[in-house]
Amino acid sequence: MTDRHSSLFAKGLMAGAAMALALACPAFAQDGPIKIGVLEDQSGDFAAATMVKVHAIQLAAKEINDAGGIDGRPVELVVYDTQSDNRRFQEFMRRVLQSDKVDAVFAGFSSASREAYRPIVNQFDGLAFYNNQYEGGVCDSNMIVTGAVPEQQFSTLIPWMMEEYGPNVYTIAADYNFGQISAEWVRQIVEENGGNMVGEEFIPLGVSQFGQTIQNIQAADADFVVTLIVGAAQASYYEQAAAANVGLPMASSVNVGQGYEHKRFNPPSLANMYVTTNYIEEIDTPASKAFVEKFHGMFPDETYINQEAANSYIAMYLYKQMVERAGSTDHDAIRAVIAEGDVCFEGPSGNTCLDPQSQHMSHTIYLAKVGDDHSITFPKVWEDIKPYWLGEAGCDLTKSDPSAQYTPSSPPPAQ
Amino acid sequence: MALFQSLFGMLYQFGDTFAFLVIACAGLAVIFGMMGVINLAHGEFIMCGAYVTASLARVGVPLPMAVLAGALAAGFVGVIVERLVIRHLYHRPLDSIIATWGISLIATQGVLIFLGSTMQGVGTPLGSVDIGGRFYSIYRFVLMGAAVGLLGGLYLLFYHTRFGVIARATIQKPQMAHALGVNTGRMYGLTFGLGAALAGLAGGLYAPTMTMVPTMGATFIVESFVTVVVGGADIFVGAAPAVAILAFIKTGLTAWYGQLFGQIGLLVTVILVIRVLPGGLSGWLKGTTR
Repeated sequence: MTDRHSSLFAKGLMAGAAMALALACPAFAQDGPIKIGVLEDQSGDFAAATMVKVHAIQLAAKEINDAGGIDGRPVELVVYDTQSDNRRFQEFMRRVLQSDKVDAVFAGFSSASREAYRPIVNQFDGLAFYNNQYEGGVCDSNMIVTGAVPEQQFSTLIPWMMEEYGPNVYTIAADYNFGQISAEWVRQIVEENGGNMVGEEFIPLGVSQFGQTIQNIQAADADFVVTLIVGAAQASYYEQAAAANVGLPMASSVNVGQGYEHKRFNPPSLANMYVTTNYIEEIDTPASKAFVEKFHGMFPDETYINQEAANSYIAMYLYKQMVERAGSTDHDAIRAVIAEGDVCFEGPSGNTCLDPQSQHMSHTIYLAKVGDDHSITFPKVWEDIKPYWLGEAGCDLTKSDPSAQYTPSSPPPAQ
Repeated sequence: MALFQSLFGMLYQFGDTFAFLVIACAGLAVIFGMMGVINLAHGEFIMCGAYVTASLARVGVPLPMAVLAGALAAGFVGVIVERLVIRHLYHRPLDSIIATWGISLIATQGVLIFLGSTMQGVGTPLGSVDIGGRFYSIYRFVLMGAAVGLLGGLYLLFYHTRFGVIARATIQKPQMAHALGVNTGRMYGLTFGLGAALAGLAGGLYAPTMTMVPTMGATFIVESFVTVVVGGADIFVGAAPAVAILAFIKTGLTAWYGQLFGQIGLLVTVILVIRVLPGGLSGWLKGTTR
């Protein structure tokens, strides 16, 4: 082939490619796609719970694109596997913000990973959605949190458990920011309700042998155990506790709704576990059933659709609504929309709304009870539980942006 | 009664940690301690054994048979890995680190891709027993028995069988053994396979008590390396007393200060041992008796 021929060939190829592109997406305007970075763990310790988040985002993106995109622009996902490794979160967060130039990022499972990437989001003034239940308290205008927080999960769960089973509480928690701060919440709510902490233990991540912990719990005469343990290794606790016949009811904000332990472990190791969650696939409402059906339509082999999947899905639609109402992907314009206080979405888990002060989301909270055969029942549902704590404590992102994380023992400084 | 309860509780915890350390480190003691191959894929041999055990147990194979099959499967994989990769890397410890680490990554990610991020486990069998007012899992006592049996079995194998003598000869003086007509290549392969099978056995024995995920081997690997480094090259003179000492340190610190300090204790011990006794306990014990 001569040079002239090859350049003709190349031109033909390019023209063909351009035509193909133009034919493939005729409905979209000229602005180009809206790029959304997806940094979730597709391998490593957390993958069992987070694969489904990627799928939920892909499902929402497909639905949105099939219906004409966001404001006429297609959604393009930039997906990286963060490998359950905080350093990967930092690396990929820089990459999506600096070289991929995404409009928003959906990122993070563990609180350690969120705190690892959050300074980078602040540095480049990005917009990150954290679609996970967590220990609460992040007051940062670059962050939108769709997951449930302690005042939503614990202020419902703990008093209910104390009324049902008694005032003596033993907490075991993963030894990092999530576990420590969640345990602080439990302690505070137990005390406010006249209960008694008979024990509290923090377990390093990756520990899989719980002989001593089980013995301590048996010796402490607790009425129920609050389990705030995280990751596949620590989940071995349930099997070991059941084998040692601990036999106490358990309360948790992380299990079932996240790692579907009731599906993975043999009954009855998780029997008598109570979890407050804003979504799990067993929820028996028409909206939830339709969501499960759509999900299985696109991902027939999905093991379990957890609360993070629903929250990720909801977050996509919230983002779509905000961009369309703002008329752009500009972050200040989006925040102005949030400040109007009526960014809501009627999703698989019921109605949810963003709170302008904290940029957290209100939820319907379901109390899921695991039965002896690991079937799920819902003894109680709390409607429209707001993420009130940050706002009450003095965080108001419509006025100022401290970009900090607060806890009950270190609340925002008084104005 | 309270005294008995807490004494028995402590003894039980000690036995539990002892069993975990012995079972977790046996395979590594052979491959790393004896053969000198720094095997970072040790955890993945454990995972292999655990997955095979759980799969078989779930289709109805009795658990002891399933555990045995898990060990055999891991041993078989070990022999293949030795033939393909490891035999080129004897006396190249740094290269063997990279190679086995690569094998470990391939194995974890391969399992993740082909078998998914999690697998349903088998429940812990045998239930629990009430001793002095507290419940203890019977299977944990089985594990303690298995650990003692494992030490005894390995002792018999290495000191009272022809295979053991030849294996030790091959590893200590390969040229001499070769000159005496030993097929050293085959012995290396078999010994490595034995180490892998022991790792598989660990996985099989602990499969009923743990969450089945591709990364499950990682929870064994720190304790295994700590034990073998503290113990030194000889399994019986080194690893057995090392396990007893480490189990005592870990159980004590965990009981008094919590899990975190138990782990810190293990790591501080290994740092001190590397500094003071570079040959490990077995190097020191052999040095003093000589």
